[in-house]
Amino acid sequence: MYIDPHVHMVSRTTDDYQRMALAGCVAITEPAFWAGYDRSSPQGFYDYFRQLTDFEPKRAAQYGIRHHSWLCINPKEAEDPVFAREVIKLIPQFLKCESVLGIGEIGLNKNSRNELEILDAHLSLAAEHDLLVLVHTPHLEDKLKGTKLIMDAIRNHARLDPRRVLIDHVEEHTVRHVLDRGFWAGMTLYPDTKCTPQRAVDIFEMHGTERLWINSAGDWGNSDPLAVPKAQIEMKSRGHAMELVKKISFDNPLQFLSQSGRFRIA
Amino acid sequence: MPPMPGPTPPPLSKRAVVDRYFLEHRAKVIDIAAFLDRVDRAQGEGADDHRRAALEACCAILTDGRPDRARRILELLSDHTTEPIAKASTKGATGAVDLHAKGGR
Repeated sequence: MYIDPHVHMVSRTTDDYQRMALAGCVAITEPAFWAGYDRSSPQGFYDYFRQLTDFEPKRAAQYGIRHHSWLCINPKEAEDPVFAREVIKLIPQFLKCESVLGIGEIGLNKNSRNELEILDAHLSLAAEHDLLVLVHTPHLEDKLKGTKLIMDAIRNHARLDPRRVLIDHVEEHTVRHVLDRGFWAGMTLYPDTKCTPQRAVDIFEMHGTERLWINSAGDWGNSDPLAVPKAQIEMKSRGHAMELVKKISFDNPLQFLSQSGRFRIA
Repeated sequence: MPPMPGPTPPPLSKRAVVDRYFLEHRAKVIDIAAFLDRVDRAQGEGADDHRRAALEACCAILTDGRPDRARRILELLSDHTTEPIAKASTKGATGAVDLHAKGGR
């Protein structure tokens, strides 16, 4: 049994839902993200938020998987702050949906001033509505700098408790920074970038299992919606106890997500 | 903040780790060698691409005998500036900063 707390199922097929269910997935959470192209209008996001909050939970339910979502305009489309603020205005009307857990995945992409401005607007929205926050950290060479900028930005919002913020896509060079500042950290299991299942298991062997989770972040690119059960197999094959496997792949996401008061498993 | 529980040592012995992972990583090392050979054999522009120099600098970390190689390689490839950039002109990342441009760090 496992939870995949970060997966973009709008980009995946029903076969993926079926395989995830067969592998023991009971719940997923889906952050709003970049479609691979920039939307041409804020209305495009309205439709996307409807898909996340209405259609996708029904699709997941057909496979016995509980679906939840996070809403935002992702940092890849934050370089136009006027456009981004129009999208942010759409979010409050969707917050009444029981499946919405919080704001995400917000953060930075290229670590620009405009991205920081829109990150700050999202953080204000989360603080105003007392919501959980799911944070995307930048890719590759931009990750270390972006992770530090993001944590500084969050610290400027005194109402945001770091224990209610998960900073995702950590790797060996960022995980300690995130945990030491009191945040939760997510390890994303990707074939080429981010962590492999083997490295994710290495990381918790080195840094412990508190405030850490794993996710597939499966999307429209090179990714694997079965990455979490593959990490479970990696842990078991190394001889780690079943309680530890369950803690990293079920108990920890359950603990963090339950702070929303809305998270349910199937 | 309560203290973090300590690390969890890998249950496998050193020999068991090598037995389990050696062939996989032997193949990856040969892949790196073949990639560098492929770049050498290729024609035209790109001889000064910063990513090749970064990869070779990473290889030096592999054999320096010190711990935390993965973390140190990721740090080597990272942008260590601290100020946000004025404007994002692209959405993508190349995977490595230009080590030459940042002073051969």
